[in-house]
Amino acid sequence: MTTRVAVIGAGPGGYAAAFHAADLGMQVTLIDAEPNPGGVCTFRGCIPSKALLHAARVLDEAKHADEFGVSFGKPAIDIDKLRGWKDAVVKKQTSGLGLLAKSRKVTYVQGRATIGNGKTLTVDAAGGEQHIEVDYIIIATGSLPTKVPNVSIDSPKVLDSTTALELPDVPNRLLIVGGGYIGLELGTVYAALGSRVTVVEMTDGLLPGADRDLAAVVAKRMETYCEVILLETKVTGVKDDKKGLSVAFEGKNAPVEPQIFDRVLVAVGRRPNSTIKGLDKTKVTVNERGFIEVDGQRRTKEPSIFAIGDVAGDPMLAHKASHEARVAVEAIHGHPSVFEPRAIPAVVFTDPELAWAGLTEVEAKKQNLTVEVAKFPWAASGRATTLGRPDGLTKLIIDPETERVLGVGIVGSGAGELIAEGTLAIEMGALAADLKLTIHPHPTLSETVMEAADVFFGESAHVYKPRKK
Amino acid sequence: MPTDMKLPELGENIEGGDVLRVMVKPGDAIKKDQAVLELETDKATIEVPSSADGVVKEITVKPGDKVKVGQTIFVIEEGQAGGEGQNADAAPSAPVAATPQPAAAPGAAPKTEKRKAEVVEMTRPKPVAAPAPQPAGGGDGGASIPAAPSARRLARELSVNIQDIQGSGAGGRISMDDVTAYARRLLSGLGGGRPGAAVAAPLPDFSHWGAIERKPMGGVRRTTAHRLTQAWTTVPHVFQQDRADITAVETLRKRLSKKSEAEGRAPVTITAFLMKVLAVALKKFPQANSSVDLQTDEVIFKQYVHIGVAVDTDRGLLVPVVRDVDKKDISQLADEIAQAAEKARARKLSLDDMQGGSMTISNLGSLGGGPFMPIVNWPEVAILGVSRARMEPVFIDGEFVPRFLMPLTLSYDHRVIDGADGVRMLRWIVEAIEQPALMWLDA
Repeated sequence: MTTRVAVIGAGPGGYAAAFHAADLGMQVTLIDAEPNPGGVCTFRGCIPSKALLHAARVLDEAKHADEFGVSFGKPAIDIDKLRGWKDAVVKKQTSGLGLLAKSRKVTYVQGRATIGNGKTLTVDAAGGEQHIEVDYIIIATGSLPTKVPNVSIDSPKVLDSTTALELPDVPNRLLIVGGGYIGLELGTVYAALGSRVTVVEMTDGLLPGADRDLAAVVAKRMETYCEVILLETKVTGVKDDKKGLSVAFEGKNAPVEPQIFDRVLVAVGRRPNSTIKGLDKTKVTVNERGFIEVDGQRRTKEPSIFAIGDVAGDPMLAHKASHEARVAVEAIHGHPSVFEPRAIPAVVFTDPELAWAGLTEVEAKKQNLTVEVAKFPWAASGRATTLGRPDGLTKLIIDPETERVLGVGIVGSGAGELIAEGTLAIEMGALAADLKLTIHPHPTLSETVMEAADVFFGESAHVYKPRKK
Repeated sequence: MPTDMKLPELGENIEGGDVLRVMVKPGDAIKKDQAVLELETDKATIEVPSSADGVVKEITVKPGDKVKVGQTIFVIEEGQAGGEGQNADAAPSAPVAATPQPAAAPGAAPKTEKRKAEVVEMTRPKPVAAPAPQPAGGGDGGASIPAAPSARRLARELSVNIQDIQGSGAGGRISMDDVTAYARRLLSGLGGGRPGAAVAAPLPDFSHWGAIERKPMGGVRRTTAHRLTQAWTTVPHVFQQDRADITAVETLRKRLSKKSEAEGRAPVTITAFLMKVLAVALKKFPQANSSVDLQTDEVIFKQYVHIGVAVDTDRGLLVPVVRDVDKKDISQLADEIAQAAEKARARKLSLDDMQGGSMTISNLGSLGGGPFMPIVNWPEVAILGVSRARMEPVFIDGEFVPRFLMPLTLSYDHRVIDGADGVRMLRWIVEAIEQPALMWLDA
């Protein structure tokens, strides 16, 4: 009578699914090519990048400490030690997940899975092929970095997010192709370590998709890190020659001559990893963008197969995957669970951080919704001033009729931590008044959320704006 | 240019209604979709939206009037009604609709001039379309409903549509209590609509005829009441009766019982024996081990044999399910039935223990009485009712002989089992009881 589940892919979607299924009494097999659970996020994504960004932040803060009279001198960077520390962080996380799998009696099989039908699969495990019979399969195979023809050439000097996080060296001149979150996060790391960074972005602004007023704050700081940011420009070709990589540009701000870089990092996005052997023999459907099509419970067209995480649709975020994992597992368990978040927070770990949840202004405009936007600039926050970081903004997107909070956007130091309150407010259907009437601790950056609500009512203590009505 | 504004389409089968309130006056600037009229229809009270921007010239209806769809209600001068920037402070005489305007749900039809009116207040049960026991994979569509994730989950679990609930909190926020209260109202028939819910006709005031006392039903009683209402209104029942001669089987049963008891196990009961017979019968008559899915017009055949046993407890009727009956021997079944009954009486049964049955046995034999007709334990499709066996004279080979006869009733769901199959199945059961060897020879 025990339900048997196989989970393909052990990232934050896959391992969350496996663990939750095991906790609900199911018999679980977790399959991944790595020796431990963790997936892209833990091995070569969120975790190692945040470890390196922490180092970058320390370097940057030490540099700016000069402004208040504390000088450290020029930092000495031991790149091998930094790499070793980052690897140790990854190891600690992934081996911890391995132990958690073991203690839950999840069978972990290292290898790649081939789906036989909705109820069988084969894994090319090290000790020989394993055939597994199950009642349900959860596909959580994630995504892969997108390659650009003529740019992602076969050269060790051309990096993607995976190889860039391996931290091969600190290149003198680094070109980052793509002004999205991956490019800017890694650009921040390499710039802090001493690279001269150029960013090239096809659209007219960094962080496309984010609200412009928030992205502008990040862009302003990025400009001080980077040698140059080329907007509305694209790379037409990369050639590997003796001096380095010769890169040709095209577009509004394109340099006329090809430029020489020591390394090029291609970070233009990620694509769903839906090429799973045997999938074509099932009723599972894949859309034109490569995402596996699922219903509200994350069930595919093959009733015994579910898909979660990056492979099952945007946004490609680890925390969305783990939430979907719970929905899928609970659906298998017979609960009427549905994936219906009001807000999926997104965080860009640049300096400063940028985060949003729920409706953005861009999206409101696109949907032609009438909203009111209340903004609280961090220059008016005591805490931001003590940190020497007045470059921030907290804003609420509010339904003028019901005064409900529909979206929250924050840019500033630690925005990633602050956004959780906004997400909760949206999920709970909070009104602007609820944020206003909740006492926030002083002096903290979290007060900016409360004060943004005060601004909505024209009652902010630290921003003078005449009262409404 | 003055234009006639007509009563728009308000929804399916709504032809018109009585004007309750006119929400604007001549000279008012109105905006498209702004509520202008409150109308009582036979389904609900509705706020009628304006179909255009403009200034009201003349109002051609007054409270109490009966109006029909298509009839002129106002004359307006079309044009901008105040233009931009008016959203926050709407026209003074136009009360802002209290219900949050659902943000365009993905896939929602584009708004047209003939936009359907928002239903703002339910005066009577809204007819609920189809019994939608949580569509597998359905989303909640109510993306703008102000309710916490926990309240939304509760609504799903109770199979109520969160969009139908009026929240009691600020801004119409729906609390867990609102959800529970709404579900209870539906179940009690006040809210109507829920599939299988007791849509009770209004009761007379019994206190008219003497003193009364109202007592809430206990949990088990309440579940039984609702489940059986559901079963009775969903399942078209047929009842087939017969009697089985258990004279021989009783001798066998007593012998087995003695052996079991010597081993310190539960005595072999007639229920255990019947369970074993049913396990084979369900293989022979697979339609009795099925469920009907009218949503998809499919019959779901179960490849497992789990049999429920009705247990009388001090809290009411409970039906624990014994799993994989076909794979267990009779003394093991007797043990498991005894344990399940004990668990039921000790209030230790989990919901899991009572779900997933193929069929149910209800044995009232120990209490006496004649034959009875049990109600199918939906979503199962058949139940076997067992009554007290009596010694009766049976005419065999030219003479009356005393035989021990046990009345049986097979109640079944006619949607999936026809009368001929019903009687064949019960005959097969009776014959297998009388000559157990049949089970091996004719399975």
